[in-house]
Amino acid sequence: MTTVLNVEAVNRSFGDRQVLKDVSFTVGSGRLTGFVGANGAGKTTTMRIILGVLAPDSGTVTWHDAPMTRAARQSFGYMPEERGLYPKMTVGEQIVYLGRLHGLSTADAKRRTTALLERLELAERAGDTVEKLSLGNQQRAQIAASLVHDPELLVLDEPFSGLDPLAVENVLAVLRERARAGAAVLFSSHQLELVERLCDDLVIIADGTIRAAGSRTGLRERHTLPRYRIEVEGDAGWLRDEPGVTLTELDGAQAVFDLAPGADEQAVLRAALARGPVRAFAPVRPSLAEIFREVIR
Amino acid sequence: MTTLQAARLVFGRELRAKLRDKAFIFSTVSFLVVLIGSIAIPAMLNSGPTKVAVVGGTSAPALRAAALDVQEVPDEATAEQLVRDGDVAAAVLPGPRVLALEESPAEVVGILSTAPAVELLQPPPYDPVLAIFVPLGLAMLCYITSLIFGLQIAQSVVEEKQTRIVEILVAAIPVRALLAGKVAAITVLAFAQIALLVVITLVGTRVAGLDTGVIDAIRPALGWFLPFFILGFVMLATLWAAVGALAARQEDLGSTSGTVQMLVLIPFFAVIFMRDNDAVLTALSYLPFSAPMAMPIRIFENDAAGWEPFAALAILAVSAVGLLFVGSRVYQGSLLRTNGKTSFAAAWRTRSTVG
Repeated sequence: MTTVLNVEAVNRSFGDRQVLKDVSFTVGSGRLTGFVGANGAGKTTTMRIILGVLAPDSGTVTWHDAPMTRAARQSFGYMPEERGLYPKMTVGEQIVYLGRLHGLSTADAKRRTTALLERLELAERAGDTVEKLSLGNQQRAQIAASLVHDPELLVLDEPFSGLDPLAVENVLAVLRERARAGAAVLFSSHQLELVERLCDDLVIIADGTIRAAGSRTGLRERHTLPRYRIEVEGDAGWLRDEPGVTLTELDGAQAVFDLAPGADEQAVLRAALARGPVRAFAPVRPSLAEIFREVIR
Repeated sequence: MTTLQAARLVFGRELRAKLRDKAFIFSTVSFLVVLIGSIAIPAMLNSGPTKVAVVGGTSAPALRAAALDVQEVPDEATAEQLVRDGDVAAAVLPGPRVLALEESPAEVVGILSTAPAVELLQPPPYDPVLAIFVPLGLAMLCYITSLIFGLQIAQSVVEEKQTRIVEILVAAIPVRALLAGKVAAITVLAFAQIALLVVITLVGTRVAGLDTGVIDAIRPALGWFLPFFILGFVMLATLWAAVGALAARQEDLGSTSGTVQMLVLIPFFAVIFMRDNDAVLTALSYLPFSAPMAMPIRIFENDAAGWEPFAALAILAVSAVGLLFVGSRVYQGSLLRTNGKTSFAAAWRTRSTVG
């Protein structure tokens, strides 16, 4: 992966309230980066600073290792948290207009709008004004608006909120296509299981500070304890007396235990097999939600 | 893409959006209808020369000389019948005696009487009634157009803010491109409407055969009115955009735009009520907010020296540059504050956008 966007030690206050404290992370090309945090953690402010809609009090945002320019920003695609398009303009015209504002020629903008609306299953509504669309379709139009100029960096604030499950899959597929084509995609979401399924990289923010950042797998490994779940026949209470084992849960035949450093989980498995059949034995991997809860503490 | 290219795109969209807006089309058309009506209706009511019946030829030449429609009839009975039927306004019988239905026919009486010769030392070049209505009309036109199109700017800004599309726009193009494109589009529309009304007035008065003295006096006033109006409008345009940006929703516009509305309203009433006070009107014709209304009136009344409109226009231009700066700073400072109304002072201090 190549790092394209670099957010470095960004600080921002509104009045007395410091919203971002030394925020630093990177976004790589060809990857989907999930930006996770509670409401008010600073996600939207960070995104606005990346897009140049807000200025940071200190810190820098670089693009391909160079200071951000207006021209670079113009090549970005942005979907703000609070959605908005001109209600009385037709979907097609609107997306062509936004494409042109991002530097496309009229012909290119029209061609790309048609293709994109087709891809997002919105082609037959191209001639309708935005106010006549359902909320879900407005959302798709909004996504089309952020994609029309084929951005190198896509910044999407909660792109999946308000979408039905089918639309989520549709939009997800489109985002994956973009990433595969080399775009960097940064998106925020409250739906942690979706982020977990979708992202290559993760950035977790809480109270204006970055609590964890990195690849999803790396993050999970870092936060995986030497913890195992076992299911046997009969009672698993004997585990209590195994060397290096600390039982954390015991429910008849099922148990969850932690291993002391240096202890071998295979030895525990062999001991269990010596006592009878083993129905399940696996390391316990924390879900994103659990990692999230842990790092924001 | 340069700022200018971006501004041009914004300009094009704004223009198209307004030209498709039904409310906008309706207001323009109704404006035109009122104007055409006010020129055409008096002309239509004017039914030509007064008709008069004459018995015995002695007074006929004098009446004909006064361009009356004279009909000679053989006897008094026929003449009386014509008057009763309403075919003629009056009948002149030998004597002379004048017959009419309900009202003494002043025009006929005047022709048949000898009046002392009157010499006016300062004859007005046109009908004094028009001397009241023309300045009033000019001031009204300026006032209403400023207000309507100024509010259009403010509403268009709030629309972008309220629908949040502004964030996408500002991420793509400089804020000043957005402001410039919008203000330019609505200024062009305001100017087009004013110019259309002015042309219709000039053509209409000629077609309707109005007093040529009025047309001659109106022409320079209207000619000056256009540049004054444009500069006056541009001067307030970014302020209208600023008060639009201070509002979070259309409903807030009433309170945030109050000050700017006053900047249009107070000069209008000052001009209307102080029209007869030469000193005050002269002062008003130099003050930037009232100059677009007061100076054309002074020109119409032939009261302004040749250099005066230029001086007033220069003052107006300088003020316009100053207020463009104030308006755009407040606009930039408040455009992205979507949580409720923004105060003018807070917007002035905020320099949040990268620009």
